[in-house]
Amino acid sequence: MKLSENWLREWVEPQVSREELCTRLDMIGLEVESVATLGDGLDGVVVARIVSAAPHPDADRLRVCQVDAGDARLQIVCGAPNAREGLLAPLARVGARLPGGLEIKAASLRGVESQGMLCSARELGIDADAAGLMELPGDAVPGTPLATLLGLPDAVIELGLTPNRADCLGMLGLAVDVGAAFAVPVCRPAIAPVPAAIETLREVALAAPAACPRYLGRVVEGVDATRGSPAWLAERLRRAGIRPINVVVDVTAYVMLELGQPMHAFDQAHLRGAIVVRQAAAGERLQLLDGRELALDPDLLVIADQAAPVALAGIMGGMASRVTEATRDVFLESAHFAPAAIIGRARRLGMHTDASHRFERGVDPALPRLALERATALLVELAGGRPGPVVEAVAPDALRLPAKVPLRRARIARLLGVAIADAEVERILAALDMAVERTDAGWAVTPPSRRFDIAIEEDLIEEVARIHGYDNIPARAPGGELAPSLPGETRLADAVLRRSLAARDWQEAITFAFVDQALLDRWRLGGDALALGNPLSAELGVMRTSLLPGLVQALAHNRARQVERVRLFELGRRFHASTGERDSLALVASGPAHAEHWSGRDRRGHDFHDLKGDLEALIALGGEATAWTFEADGLPDWLHPGRAAMVRRHGRPVGFAGALHPSLLRRLDLDHEVLVAELDLDALRAARVPVARGLSRFPSVRRDIAVKVAAGTAFADLAGVARQALGGLLEDLVVFDEYRGAGLSDDVKSVAMGLILRDPSRTLTDDDADRAVAAVVQGLTARFGAELRG
Amino acid sequence: MAVDQLNLDNAHARIQAADSLDALESLRVALLGKQGVLTAELKRLGGLSPEQRKQQGEAINRLKGEVGHALAVRREVLEAEVLARRLATERVDVTLPGRDAGVGGLHPVSRALERITDIFARFGYDVAEGPEVEDDWHNFEALNFPPDHPARAMHDTFYFPDGRLLRTHTSPVQIRAMAGRQPPLRLIAPGKVYRSDSDQTHSPMFHQVEGLVVGEGITLADLKGTLAAFLRGFFERDFEMRFKPTYFPFVEPGADVVIRWQLPDGGSRWLEVLGAGMVHPAVLRNCGIDPERYSGFAFGMGVERLAMLRYGVTDLRAFFENDVRFLGQFR
Repeated sequence: MKLSENWLREWVEPQVSREELCTRLDMIGLEVESVATLGDGLDGVVVARIVSAAPHPDADRLRVCQVDAGDARLQIVCGAPNAREGLLAPLARVGARLPGGLEIKAASLRGVESQGMLCSARELGIDADAAGLMELPGDAVPGTPLATLLGLPDAVIELGLTPNRADCLGMLGLAVDVGAAFAVPVCRPAIAPVPAAIETLREVALAAPAACPRYLGRVVEGVDATRGSPAWLAERLRRAGIRPINVVVDVTAYVMLELGQPMHAFDQAHLRGAIVVRQAAAGERLQLLDGRELALDPDLLVIADQAAPVALAGIMGGMASRVTEATRDVFLESAHFAPAAIIGRARRLGMHTDASHRFERGVDPALPRLALERATALLVELAGGRPGPVVEAVAPDALRLPAKVPLRRARIARLLGVAIADAEVERILAALDMAVERTDAGWAVTPPSRRFDIAIEEDLIEEVARIHGYDNIPARAPGGELAPSLPGETRLADAVLRRSLAARDWQEAITFAFVDQALLDRWRLGGDALALGNPLSAELGVMRTSLLPGLVQALAHNRARQVERVRLFELGRRFHASTGERDSLALVASGPAHAEHWSGRDRRGHDFHDLKGDLEALIALGGEATAWTFEADGLPDWLHPGRAAMVRRHGRPVGFAGALHPSLLRRLDLDHEVLVAELDLDALRAARVPVARGLSRFPSVRRDIAVKVAAGTAFADLAGVARQALGGLLEDLVVFDEYRGAGLSDDVKSVAMGLILRDPSRTLTDDDADRAVAAVVQGLTARFGAELRG
Repeated sequence: MAVDQLNLDNAHARIQAADSLDALESLRVALLGKQGVLTAELKRLGGLSPEQRKQQGEAINRLKGEVGHALAVRREVLEAEVLARRLATERVDVTLPGRDAGVGGLHPVSRALERITDIFARFGYDVAEGPEVEDDWHNFEALNFPPDHPARAMHDTFYFPDGRLLRTHTSPVQIRAMAGRQPPLRLIAPGKVYRSDSDQTHSPMFHQVEGLVVGEGITLADLKGTLAAFLRGFFERDFEMRFKPTYFPFVEPGADVVIRWQLPDGGSRWLEVLGAGMVHPAVLRNCGIDPERYSGFAFGMGVERLAMLRYGVTDLRAFFENDVRFLGQFR
C-alpha cells in the first residue's frame, strides 16, 4: 500500500525526519518497502494557462504558445501533443532547475524565442510513467507555485503490510499505529452526518446476512460527474497508486484510502428497484467494470437490483451501472462483507482489486455509516448534488463484534522475558484505540472493531511488545533445560557420506526434485511418478522417481561446457506414487577415470570397477561390508546388461550400479559412456558398532592358486567355496589376477587368488597349508569343474 | 716368519687403495679370512714355546685389530660414496603435481546446512525430518493457516491432484515433532521446501532450516539471544541486529530478523535473514501441548540466502545449475 507522507503527517505529526518515521514504521511491523521522494526542486515551476497555441513556422512538431504565468505573459515553444489553448500546465520559468538537473534558460528554438518550458509530470519527477504536458485542474490559478498546488514536496511511502493488518490499509488505522509508536495524538477529521435534502431513497435487503451483515445506501441527485477532482484529492489518489477517473469515483476511492472502507457508486439511472445482496444464481452473467463478462456461480456474492446482478460484492462494480460523465444521480454503497464471503474469489477469477484486498482481510464492520457520511459530504462539496436519506440494512446477529480479551500481567513477562510497566501497557493499548479495564490479574481489553487480528492474549502481548519496541526486549543467551537425544553410533551422518565422497573426488550437486515426465519416460522410470497439479512448466511437472535422470542432465550440462571428466553425486529424496518418498544417494560419472597426469597414467574411461570401488569405500564406513553383495542379475533395462549390478544388503535389494544401457544413451542423446549408481540412503546410513577381536600371535601363511573356470563364473562364488572349505583358517582372500585370452579358450578364464591362512592357536605347518589348498581346489573342482593351473 | 715382518704399511696402503666395496671385501678375505695372512700366522702359534706364543699371539691380535679398523673405516667411506652416487641419480621434480590430488566438494547449500546444523547441535538441538510431500493439515491448518486465509497467498503452493502438496516450509516438521513428544523440545528441521515461484530471486525448490524450542518459561528474550548467537556464530562476525514485528500465522508475537550487512563499498544495508516468533498457542494445542504451562519459540531461515551472504554468491540460480566450475569453489 502506498501513501503520501504529507497526508499521514496531517493525521499525526511526530516531529521526526522522514528517515526516522520510516524506521519506526518498520519497527512496529509496518514494513517500508520503498520511499520515493516527489517534487524536490520545483522552485520556479508555476501554474500557467496556455492562452494560445500556434504552429511553429519552421517545425512541424513544435507549437508556439502564449502562456499566462500569473504575473507575466510569456512565449513558450513546446513539443507536447496536448499543448492546446486553455490548458493549465506546469511552467518551469527561466532560472528553474528541474529534478533531473536541467537548468531552464531563455532559448531560441528554430528561430523562435522560448522563455521557459512547459513540463510533463515525468520531467518534474512526479510521475515516472507520465507522457505529455501535465494537465492541471481547471481551478488552478496561474502563477501559483506548483509545489503549493500539489502539496509538494512529498514522499510516497510504500508499505508491505502483512495480511493481519488490514486496519492499516486506511490512513485512520495507520495514523493510530504511528500515534501510539511516537506517543503523539492523532487528528481525526470531524465527520458529521449530512442531512437529507431530498426524499429519494432505494430500498436495500440482505438475502445473505452472514456474507453481508450490513449494507448502507444513499441516493445523491444532481451531481456533476464531469468535474475533475481538485488537485489535492487527485494527488493523494495518485500517490496511493490510484488513477483519478471522475470526481464521483475519486471520492469513493479517497474515502477508502482515508478510512479504509471500500465503497461503490452506481448510476441511479441504471438500477431497477430495490437492492438485494445475495449469492449469485448459476447461469447469471455480469459484465464488470474492467469489461470482462463473468459467468456467475452461487459461491459468488453479488449486489443485485430487481432485474439482475449489478456488482460483484466486495470485488468490483458492474459495467452497466457504472458512473460516467453522463451520470446525474448516483447511488452510494457502503457495506460490510465478511472475509469468508470474499476470500479466494478474486484470486479464483484472476482478479485483485483494492476492495477485495481489504474485504478479504477484514474491514471494520462499524465503519460503513461513517464512510458514507464522509463520502456524501465530499461529493456534495466537490460535485454538487442533493443527498437523500441513508438507508441501512443490518443483520445484527451476523455482525462480528470485538470481544473482550483478558491480558494477564504475569503472562506478558512470561512470554517476552521482560516485565513492562502497567502504565506503559495501558498507554499502548489505549493509544491503539483499545478499551482497557483493569482486572485482578491484569486487564480486560476490547480492541476496536477494525482490528481483526486481536483475538487472544498473545495478540495483545504482541501489540504491547511492538509498540514498546522489540529493541527494548533483552536477549538471553542460549541455555536452559537440555534434553537432546545423543547421536547413536549405528547410524552414519549424511555429512560423513558426503565428506567421504568429496574426498574421493566426487562433487556434490543438488538438482530439482521435479522433472519432466518425458525424461522419466525415456528412462522407463515414469510409471509410478507423482504428477503436480499446478507445475510451473512441463519440464518441472512430476516428482522424480530416481535422482539419476536429473543428475545425468547435470552431467550433460557440464560435458556441454567442455568439462570432459565429471563425477557428481547427490543426496535427496525420490518419490513414488505408490510407495511414498525415500532418501537416496546417486552418483554419475563419465570421462577418464583419472585426472590427466604428467606421469602418463592411462586415460581410460570410468569402468564398472572404478565406481564399485568408491561404493565399497562408502559401504566400508558402515563396518558391515560382508552384508553387501553385487549381483549381475535382476537389472532394470536402463542399465548395461553386462556391466552393471544389483546391490543388495543382507539379501535385500538396495540399489543399482553400472554403465547406462547404450539404448538409453541414444534416447538421451549422449555420445559417451555414463556410469551411474543409486542406493537407498538408509542402507548406507546403517552402521555397526565395532567389536574388537584378539589378534593371533602365530604367523600367517600365504598360498597362491590359479584356477581355470568357465568364463561366466563369478569370483564371489569361487571365494564363497574357499571360505566354506577353510572356515576360520582363512584370514583373508585376495584375487590378484583375472585373465582371459591367449592360451585359454574363449569360454574359459583363469582366476588367481592368494589365500592367507592363520590359526589362532598354533603355527601352521607346510602340510597344514598344503591340505588347505587341496581342500579349496577340490571344492572348486567339484562345484565349478575348476582346473588348477600349473 | 715373524709377525713384525708382516708388511703392515703395505696392508694399510692396499686398504686405502681399494676403490670399491668388492675390492675391499677381497682384501679383507686376503688379510683376515680363513685363508688370510693373519689367520695363517695364528695357526702357526701352536708350534711355539708358551712365552713366544703369548708374545706372538698378542702381536697378531693387535695387528688384526688395526687391520679390521682400517677396513671398517675404508668401508664407511666407500659406502658413503656409493650412497652419494645413488642419491645423485635419485632426483624428482618436486614442483610437478602429485598423483590423484583431485578432490570433489560439497554443494555450497550442503556446506551451509552442515554449518547451521553443527551450530545448533552445540546449542543442544536435535535434528528432525519429515516428508516433502505433505498434507494440508501439517503444512497449513495445524500451523494456524485456516483454509483460504490470505496468509496462504504468501505461500505459492504446488498441489497434487489428490489435495496433498509439496511442503512450502519445514514448519510441518514442528507439528510432527510436537505431536510425538512432550516438552522440553529443542530441535531443528533442515530440508527442501517448494514454492511455485521462479525468477531471478526465487527458486521453486530451496532449503530451509526451521527451529523449535518448547519448554517452561521460554521467552522472546531467549529467542533473541539464540538467534543473535547463531547469526554471529554463522557469519563469524558481529553486526547490528534487529527484530521487526511481522506476521506468521503460527507465531505470536512474530518477528523478522534483519542484520546490518557491510557492503564491499564500505556502506551497509539491512538484510532480512530469518523469520521467527513465539509459537502460537493454537499450534501448541493442535499438538497436544498445554500453552498455559509451556511456551516456545520457532524460527526459520532460508539456507540459500545464508549461503549467498556467507560465500558471496550473487545469483540464486547458480545453486541449481550444477556447473562444476561454480560448485568446485566450495570444497
